[in-house]
Parts: sequence; C-alpha cells; structure tokens
Amino acid sequence: MTAMGDVKRRRIDELAARAGAVPEGEGGVSLTRSAFRRLRRDPVAIIGAVIVITFLVVAAFAPFLAPRDPLAQTLLSEIRPGNIPGAREGFPLGVDNLGRDILSRLIWGSRQSLMIGVVSTVLGVVVGMAFGVLAGAFGGWVDTVVMRFIDIVLSIPSLLMAISISVLLGQNQYALMIAIAVTQVPIFARLLRGSMLAQRNSDYALAAQALGVKKSRIVFGHVLPNSLSPVIVQATLSLATAIIEAAALSFLGLGDPDLARPEWGAMLANAQAFLSIRPELAVYPALCIIVVALGFTLLGESLREALDPKFRR
Amino acid sequence: MTATATPADQRGEPLLRVQGLKVHFPIKRGIFVDRTVGHVRAVDGVDLSIDRGTTYGLVGESGCGKSTLGRAILRLVEPTAGSVVFDGTDVAALRGEPLRKMRRRMQMVFQDPLGSLDPRQNVESLLSEPLRAHGLDGGNAGIAAHIRTLLDAVGLPVAALRRYPHEFSGGQRQRIGIARSIALEPDLLIADEPVSALDVSVQAQVVNLLEELQERLGLTYLVIAHDLAVVRHISDVVGVMYLGSLVEQAPADDLYEEPLHPYTRALMSAVPVPDPVVEGSRERILLAGDLPSPANPPNGCRFHTRCPWRQETRCDDEVPVLRELAPARFVSCHWAEEIRDGVLRPKAPEEVAAIQGVHVAATGVGPVETDALVQGIDQPIERT
Amino acid sequence: MSSGSSSISAPPVGLGNQPVLEVTDLAVRFTRRGEADTRAVDGVSFSVAPGETIGLVGESGCGKSVTSLAVMGLLPKRNVQVSGSVRLDGQELVGADAETLRGLRGADMAMVFQDPLSSLNPTVPIGTQVTEVLLEHRDMTRKEAVDEAARLLDRVGIPDPLRRLKEYPHQLSGGMRQRALIAMALSCSPRLLIADEPTTALDVTIQAQILELLRELVVDSGTALVMITHDLGVVAGLCDRVHVMYAGKIIETADRHELFARPRQPYTGGLLASVPRLDSPRGAPLTPIRGSARDTIAWADGCAFAPRCDSAQDDCLTEVAGSTVELVPDGPRRELRCRHPIEYPPAPAGATAPGAAR
Repeated sequence: MTAMGDVKRRRIDELAARAGAVPEGEGGVSLTRSAFRRLRRDPVAIIGAVIVITFLVVAAFAPFLAPRDPLAQTLLSEIRPGNIPGAREGFPLGVDNLGRDILSRLIWGSRQSLMIGVVSTVLGVVVGMAFGVLAGAFGGWVDTVVMRFIDIVLSIPSLLMAISISVLLGQNQYALMIAIAVTQVPIFARLLRGSMLAQRNSDYALAAQALGVKKSRIVFGHVLPNSLSPVIVQATLSLATAIIEAAALSFLGLGDPDLARPEWGAMLANAQAFLSIRPELAVYPALCIIVVALGFTLLGESLREALDPKFRR
Repeated sequence: MTATATPADQRGEPLLRVQGLKVHFPIKRGIFVDRTVGHVRAVDGVDLSIDRGTTYGLVGESGCGKSTLGRAILRLVEPTAGSVVFDGTDVAALRGEPLRKMRRRMQMVFQDPLGSLDPRQNVESLLSEPLRAHGLDGGNAGIAAHIRTLLDAVGLPVAALRRYPHEFSGGQRQRIGIARSIALEPDLLIADEPVSALDVSVQAQVVNLLEELQERLGLTYLVIAHDLAVVRHISDVVGVMYLGSLVEQAPADDLYEEPLHPYTRALMSAVPVPDPVVEGSRERILLAGDLPSPANPPNGCRFHTRCPWRQETRCDDEVPVLRELAPARFVSCHWAEEIRDGVLRPKAPEEVAAIQGVHVAATGVGPVETDALVQGIDQPIERT
Repeated sequence: MSSGSSSISAPPVGLGNQPVLEVTDLAVRFTRRGEADTRAVDGVSFSVAPGETIGLVGESGCGKSVTSLAVMGLLPKRNVQVSGSVRLDGQELVGADAETLRGLRGADMAMVFQDPLSSLNPTVPIGTQVTEVLLEHRDMTRKEAVDEAARLLDRVGIPDPLRRLKEYPHQLSGGMRQRALIAMALSCSPRLLIADEPTTALDVTIQAQILELLRELVVDSGTALVMITHDLGVVAGLCDRVHVMYAGKIIETADRHELFARPRQPYTGGLLASVPRLDSPRGAPLTPIRGSARDTIAWADGCAFAPRCDSAQDDCLTEVAGSTVELVPDGPRRELRCRHPIEYPPAPAGATAPGAAR
C-alpha cells in the first residue's frame, strides 16, 4: 500500500517542491532590491522621480536648452518704468526689467538652485552623520557631549543661523551653501544617532556580539547600514527644503553677490518690485521652486514607504 | 546522563557552574545627572551547574529573570555579582579579547529568528561571519565548504545561500539561526525561547533538530522557555525560576511526577493539556494576583504573596534556601515536606488574595511608582 | 461550497435554543491593486448556541482572526470583499450599515483581543473607558455607570475596583488589562463574545486565571463564546465544539472529546502529534508536520494541506479527482474535508489517542 502511495503522490510532491521550501528564482532579493521594486510600482514615486529627473536634465544641459543668453539684455527700447514687455515670439515667457529672457534665466537658474540644494544637503548629511555616528557608536559621555552640542545648534532658528553665517563668511554662494548645511546638520545627527541606538539594542546586534564579532564590525557592518533608511528619506526631503531655503536667502539678498547670475530666489526677489505690472515675473520662478520641491518631497515620501520594514515580506 | 546541581555531586566537573549569580539593573532618574534610585533585581543569586552533553531547562514566567540569566552567563549583560565557571575558566571575570575568544565555545539561539538575523545579510554572509570573526577555516574555499555542511546539518538546501532572512518562513529562519550558532562548534548552546515564536506545527521540527544536533555534536544545552511542556520534553534537568531565583530543580520526570514547590505545582496545573479528558479531571491550582515587581520583591519567601500554602510563620520573613530534599531534588520552600506529604492543604486563590490584599499592593503589582520605575530601566529585563 | 450550514447548526443537546450566531459560507477576499487577490477566508460556516463555546483553531495565517473581524464588521471597507451571511440572533450583519453594526458591537456582541495593551487607549483611565461603553449602550447616569463599572471589574476579579478605575492601562499588569478588557466586553451582557487569542500574550498562571474566568462567564450568563486560538490545550479545556481551519477553510469540525480522541484530518492529527504534552511519558519523539504554512496550494487546485500531508495522494488534487475537496458530514456531529483521513479500528470509543495520527 505504501508503494502505491508513493507512486500516487508524485504529482503532489512536484507541486510541493514548486511551492518550495525556498522561494523560486536565482539569487535572493535583498532589502534594497525589494525596496526598489516597490518604488517602481508606486505611482507617487514615479511622478516624483519624473519631476526630479526632468529638472536635473534641464540643469545639466542648460547651455543647449536655453534659447538665449540669460545675461543678454534685449528689447531695451520697450522697457520703461511701468511697462515690461510680455511674452512674444522668441521670448515665450517674456523678459525681465533688464530685458533678459525669462525662460533662459529659469533654465540656467535651475543649475544654481539645484546645485546649492544638493551641495548643502550633502554637506549637511556628511557632517550630521559624522556627529550621529560618533554619538551612536560610542554612546555614554561622548553621546551626551555631542548631543548637547547638537541641541544648542538646533535651538538657534535656522534662518537666523543662515543669516549669521552668511554675514560671517562674507556674501558668496559658498557661504550660502554652508549656511544651509549647518542648519541641516542637527537633523541628520539626531536622526542617525536615534536610529543607531535603536538598532544597537536589536537582537541581531546582540547575536553578533554573542558570536564574538568585533565591536567595530558590529557598529559599522551591522548597526550603521541598518540605521541609514531614515537618513536617506530625510535627505531626499531635505533637498526640497534646502532649495526653498536657498531661494529664501537669495530673496533676502544674502545669496550670490553676482546678481547677474540667474537664480530662482534672486529672480523672485527682483520680480517683487514689478509685481503690479508683471506678476508673471514672480510666478515663474516661484512655480519652479514649488514643483522641484514637490518632486523631491514625493520621492522622499514614497522612499519612506518603500524602506518601511513593515512592508518587508 | 542526568545533570546535577549544587556541590553535592562528585561525578566529574560540570561544563558550566554558576554560583551566586546576580544581575541588578539600576533604575535611573534625573534631568541633567542620572541618579540611581533603585535596582531591579532581575537575577538575584542563582546557583546551577550543567554536565557535559546534557540539557538543562530553565522555566519561569516573563519577568522572572530567566532570559537575563542566560545572557549574563554569555556576558551579554554584565553580572553584578557571582561567578560563571565554564570549563574551568571564570567567564564573569574575562575582559576584552579573551572574552571574545571565549564566545566561540558558548553560543546562543534567539527567540525571534527574524530579529536576530541582520536583514541586510544573505545566508552565506550570516553563516560565514562567525567563522571570519574567529579566523577559522582559513580561505574562502574552506569557509564555503563549512557553510554547506552547516546548511546540511540543519536541513536547508544549498539554494538558501543567496537568500535573505525575510525570504524564509519562521521555522527556516530559526534553522539559519541554529546553523549560525553551531558554526563555531561550541560546547554550550543557550537557547532562549527557541520555539515560542514559531507556529505549532513547526515547533516540533526545531525541537527535533536541536535534539538531533545534540546527539551528533555532543552539545550541552541550556534551554530557556516559558513553555513547561517543551522544556520537559527536551531537558534532563529542569530548574524553575520565580522572581530572580531558582525555587526548584529536579530531573525532568520527577518534576512532573511530584512537583515539590508550590509555585511549580501551580505552574504545572496551569499548563493546558491538549486532551479534554485530562483537562476535565485534573486538579487545578489557581494563583492569586500577578508577579510582584522585581524592583521591590517581597520579603521572606518571594512567592508568599501568591502561595496557596503560605503559613503564618517563616514564609513572610525568612528567605528559604535551595536545599536537597531528595537525591537530585532541590527546592526552596520551608514547608516542602509538609506540602508533599499532604499535611498542609492549599487555600483558594480568593482567600490568598484576601489575606495578601494589602501586601500585594505594597509590593507593587499595580501602584504608580513601581510601574513608572520599571519603565526607567536602562535595558529590558525580559523579552517575551 | 454549499455543504456546511445545514448539518452543523444543531445546538448542543439540552439547549433547544436558536443559535446566537450563524455564519454561512463566509468569504473574505483582500484585493490590492497590483497584486493577486487573496482569499483569507473561504466558505466558512458555523454556528454558536447560547452558553456554547466553540473554538476556531489554526495556525497564523489560517484565517481565524479575519473570520472574527468579519463577524464583528471590523474589517476595513477598502480593498476587502466580504460575502456570505453572518446572522446575529437572526439579524444579517454582512452588508449592514455602519450605524447598525456600531449599535450591535458592544451591546449584543463584543470582542476581546490578543494584546490587551494596544486594545486600550493609553491616555484614558480604565474607568472612563468602561463607563464610556455603559453610557453609550445603556441608559445610565454617570454615577450609575461608575458603580456598574466597579461592579464589572470586581466580577472579573480585579481587586480594589474603585481605585483601579482611576488608573491608566500601563499601570495595570498584563493579566489585569485583559480582565479590564473582558469587563468592558461584558458591560452590556452581550449575547456573543469573541475572544481572539485572549491569553497568548499572558503567562500560563495568568492564562489559567483568564480561562477560568471565561468558563465561569459562559456558565453564569449563557453568553455564546467563540474562542480563537492556536493552542490545542486551551481548546481541550474550554470549547464544546471545535472547528479546525487551514488556509482559509474549515477542514474538520467535531465535538471536543471526539476531535481529540479521534482526529480525522491528517492536519489535526499532525498538530496533536507535534506538540509535547506535559502528561505524556518523556522521550516520546515528536512527529512534526513537514514544511511550513507557506507550502500550500490553492483550494481550487486541490487540498491546500496536501503538500505537507503524509497521507496525501494524487486524487487530493482537483485535476486528478475532477472536483475540489469538500467539507462533508463524517459521522454524528462531525464534518471533514479530506479524501484520505486517518482511519481508526472500529471499537474503542472515548479512548484518547495522543499521537494516534501515525
């Protein structure tokens, strides 16, 4: 009877094998890969990515995409107090009060705005993570000292901080980047430290310790990589704020002293004098800032969801 | 075969001898400077020893300190006092590199198989890590071969190597955890609730695997669990913990045949048996109230606040010692003989609650202060 | 799919009452965009009479908890399709509007969850949470409600109830919290109580207290109790009738003594053989079920348990047998979904067979 049974259940065994002790396919799916898969399926992430990539492409190829020289002054004959020419052939978005083509300036401006955003965020992430790792890896009094320092930095309003730094370092675009970066540092330091402390108490860190894995390897090989998700998410979201902040500082006149160099915040500031005559001059750069910030925010939010351990299977 | 307990036995040196082990966690308070306002006595003076090749089962309810005890033996938490002599070396006194080297010989299996595996490592990396950490099996080829033997030993296919923990079922994850813990060919394996996170139908697979590995590799086990049936099944000797100390220790069969400590009796009678006939007929000893706070344990016998056999004398103010009532049978109860012989009768839980009403509150099951205190502890006392 | 209800609706002998709860052909499908639909519960039928305790037994993912949530109408509306019929005292609940369900929940049917801490609002004292239910469903003044709440806490064995009423959930121990939840569930003397793994998060000695409490409640108040658990020991001590679930379907139904004495479905037998028993002689090896709950096939393709089953043969598959495996009557008050059940020698009835599976 058993022999019969053996023959009879062959097909079930095949099915069982297919259902499988181990999932099918070659090679496992790492967390990063499965997060990326989820991201690709998320419409919000796709919209965010499309926006961000569009602007990056525009910034990268600005010299080829801009129809005119952003600095060239044209149509000067038509510009007089109380009148700035609007859109017309050759100037799809019109010109500003000095006769410079708005579209070209927006395109060139994306370079400046994105660069300030990216550089300052990267700077903020790197320095913030350094503090965070210091506090999270050593704990104890190192943690206390670092975190009190960070708390002090955090307690200064970010705009005030940025203004002071701009004043301190002189007015140039590097000062602007540093100023924005400094305001980001505490955020990343706190985030990474908190995340690392939580991971340090996790079972796998304890398991590594029980296996006799060296402490440095536990911290840098296990705890740190597992603590990065929130930092990555926050960095994406911070890009948006950095761009807005850069624009705000430029608007306040703390940005690049070279006023000719196109930059969205400066364009916005420049446009406010002519708000009653040509509100579009303010609308266009503002719209750019909003859309780019939205793109990064959407991407960041969907990253947060994709990296959420709750969705791991 | 049977493991022994305190000094009485002379049949060779046990593999592990724990003496007077205490783990107290400070309770810290304060805004600027942390002040220590008290201690949680997670483990409060435990003596036990485990013979080579045997299994010691440690049972108790959550908060009794059994997990902390296991971790203190492995020096994953720092013991406050006492010694842990492992094969002639006092582990409790080791520091730095010698301690790390020692870990090779004492390994741990965790309760939560997913949480104890780094989600970013695939199985290959998980299993090779301990080997690399201890510089074993020099060369990648040696490690690869070793890993394959490990997978084979725990019944996982080679295809598992490239996979990540989240791609496995709970039972398979626990197999990975076990494979990793035996990678270094340890002498002692401490398994902390090895099956409680698994589905019922899978638990038996893991229990059988542990037994099979013990036979093949000559391992010595300390199995920590709250499930008395599992512990009894797998252990040679069982120790019962209550509020940080051992209340009874006996060979597994004797413990079930004739539990001596009132707490063991209650625990036994509380474990449901999957058989309606047995369930319908057996005597049930219900306990009154809950576990008192380990930050403020009761005076005298720690169980007296819930004990159905509590007497007017001794129980409230005299701490009972673990004594050998019969060969290999240890119990810490003043009245063990009288209870065994049926001289003393148990009270109903309502009665105990009524007598202890004031007491229970005073030792802090519910009151605000103690609970808030427990929340201030640096490390979790117990994970269940 | 049409078997089920007719044969199992008979209440226990002696209680000639109408069933409190009648579930017929209940199915729950989760539909998520971009993913295949999952049938969490598939054609489940059972009924509970007043004073009766039934057990829904199975491992994680078998659909027992989803069943209870569907009965209570607590499943989210989005991405969930519930079909079939759930009748509470004859009143249809599937498709009933939210207002009706809210009125019934707490008053006529109540539920106790596994995790007592997350089921209680941490920022509100216990007393307020209990009186809230009373004020909502029963015509009481605040004063009466407080007295009643104290009486309820006392009834579930919480000492010093008046003081406890003022405390917050985190100040109570796990067992006390579960008692408080049970007190809340009982506040309106519901006809039906669903307990979803009520003791899983608790220690054994506390579990024993809670089970004793539930036992008393059923006897005293005639509440119909649906006990959802993975623990066969709990079922053995508490439930009159047991439904074993696997992959969303009931695979075996029997009265408690019958089920434990002579499990027929190989899965039930396997479960019993794979748990160590405190009262069995030591050294008896455990017989595990192989694989895990993931190793399953769709019920449409055959018996979902077949890949793990030692008795399985090829006619357990739909493509071989030409039909799906149905739940069919299997002797008095028993039902079974299996083509190759465990057979027993005809004679001894009532004898227990731990591990008799193989």
